[in-house]
Amino acid sequence: MTATVLDVRDVQKTFGAVTAAQDISVAVPEGAVYSLIGTNGAGKTTFVNMVTGYIKPDAGTINFGGRDIAGMAPRQITRMGIHRSFQIAQLCNELTVEENMLVAGAIHGNHRPSFLRNGHNAEARDRALATLERFNIAEHRNRLIPELSGGVKKLLDIAMAMAGKTSIMMLDEPTSGVAADEKFPIMDLVIGALRSEGVTVIFVEHDMDIVTRYSERVLAFYDGRIIADDTPDEVLSDADVRRYVTGAAA
Amino acid sequence: MTRSLTLSAAAAFVLLALGALVLPDWAMFLFAMALAKGLVCLGIVGMMRGGLVSFGQGLYYCLGAYTATLVANTFGVSDIFLLTVLSTGVCLAVGLAFGPLLASYRGIFFAMLSLALSMVLYGSLSKMSFIGGTDGLNIAAPTFLGWAPEGRALQTALYLYVAVMVVIAGTLMRIYFDSEQGLIALAARDNELRVEYLGASVRNVNTYSYVFGAVLGGIGGTIAVLALGHVDPEFAFWTTSGEFVFVAILAGYLSVPSVFVAAIILEMVRSFSNLYFPNTWQLALGIFLLIVIVVLPDGLGSLVRRRKGDAT
Ligand SMILES: Nc1ncnc2c1ncn2[C@@H]1O[C@H](COP(=O)(O)OP(=O)(O)OP(=O)(O)O)[C@@H](O)[C@H]1O
Ligand SMILES: [Mg+2]
Repeated sequence: MTATVLDVRDVQKTFGAVTAAQDISVAVPEGAVYSLIGTNGAGKTTFVNMVTGYIKPDAGTINFGGRDIAGMAPRQITRMGIHRSFQIAQLCNELTVEENMLVAGAIHGNHRPSFLRNGHNAEARDRALATLERFNIAEHRNRLIPELSGGVKKLLDIAMAMAGKTSIMMLDEPTSGVAADEKFPIMDLVIGALRSEGVTVIFVEHDMDIVTRYSERVLAFYDGRIIADDTPDEVLSDADVRRYVTGAAA
Repeated sequence: MTRSLTLSAAAAFVLLALGALVLPDWAMFLFAMALAKGLVCLGIVGMMRGGLVSFGQGLYYCLGAYTATLVANTFGVSDIFLLTVLSTGVCLAVGLAFGPLLASYRGIFFAMLSLALSMVLYGSLSKMSFIGGTDGLNIAAPTFLGWAPEGRALQTALYLYVAVMVVIAGTLMRIYFDSEQGLIALAARDNELRVEYLGASVRNVNTYSYVFGAVLGGIGGTIAVLALGHVDPEFAFWTTSGEFVFVAILAGYLSVPSVFVAAIILEMVRSFSNLYFPNTWQLALGIFLLIVIVVLPDGLGSLVRRRKGDAT
């Protein structure tokens, strides 16, 4: 039995009349790969946002690394080892691919970012290049972000998030905005890289083929609640999930 | 420090020093003032790299000038080095006090708050009759480590002093711009969310550039008051700050030397237009800025340095 790395208990969040999270409880074991499914507006992003500090839950606790991180600032949570990518890739559009990676490297280096050391120093560039190669996007290193395809943007977003010591990686729809034939190669790359480092992965996904193929466990969200928490097979054959999430046809 | 940067700094100094030999008195004064103001503008350019524009750098320009004057008049200090250190120290302290506060604001709010602070200083100084009120104060000519030049020698010494300051400050700011922190500042200008989610504090990034701006403002103000021999609350007035912003926008945030070129252009346009069309020169300046913004949106600096070529 592996230890629990993330323990979410009775978390609540409402936005005005909308209940975005209601009695959310889940315990994620270290090294597991979880996926979050649910229709639009079910509360998946809200869950990711609460764990990563973007929004503060109204009630409940989120235990990680021996502390309750609910309501902590994103920066602090990142520093503790929970990293994330975004539904819409968050990149610096005026910088090149390599420079985006250098920024991530400078913030996550072994030392504090320096006022003197050149941001483009050889060692940092080598490290950035190695990461870009690992994610198969090194050929784009000198391009600016607006010139990139959706898939490359997503990969860069994830590569940047992985620059620091990562214990949990939360990926919000890693394959949205990505061409159909790129989805599996991207997931292979990303999940492979994260797994090889023993990182716990929680990803939001609408494509059930990807959910079945890459996750060990699925959390099905509906109306701000978790209606199923089990293996992909169990969850996808669950009556409620078929009714509310995957659609009657499934 | 890379070789190319050392060479550029040396070349810049030689070029400026040559000015001391060839420039007539009036031009040497004009250049010294332009370079002193250029230092203040360089501080704004540093903030611009992180996405902020201060509309109140007159605060530090004025604070530096008044500190130097009050120290000189009260304690009889005339050494330019000592005066620079003291007034810069005061600006540093004030910058450290206001920096973390202002760094939580962005865009127009940051601009207006910085403007408000400078106008508070303007208003206060105007009312303080014991330090001259709106008339301001005079300051005696500076000495240089015991040497007390006069006439052309004084002009030249002041000019060379500001030239040295420009080269030192310009080199240090270039190192900062190119550094890891400088890169993070560019990233923050572009996408704050990304930077915060990488684990860096955008507020800290903005505080650093604000404090550097305060220091540069103090140095500029000290040299300006010593060149002019007089300071008044106008140093903190919004039109003064506006000119600094004008120069920063004209120069853009890509190149350091272009800041000083822009400052010299402004000073020249001002003195010539003042002479030939005293009533319409602001109009000419406004049209000039408009043309630059349309033709060179990244400022004069984009003529010599491209964003995507920064990696040298
Ligand atoms: N910051 C916010 N302010 C107000 N309402 C919000 C906010 N964030 C989310 N909501 C609401 O909370 C509910 C859950 O939204 P959430 O973004 O978590 O859905 P999701 O499952 O990620 O959906 P999608 O598949 O469309 O990304 C929605 O009704 C949404 O409108
Ligand atoms: Mg979402």
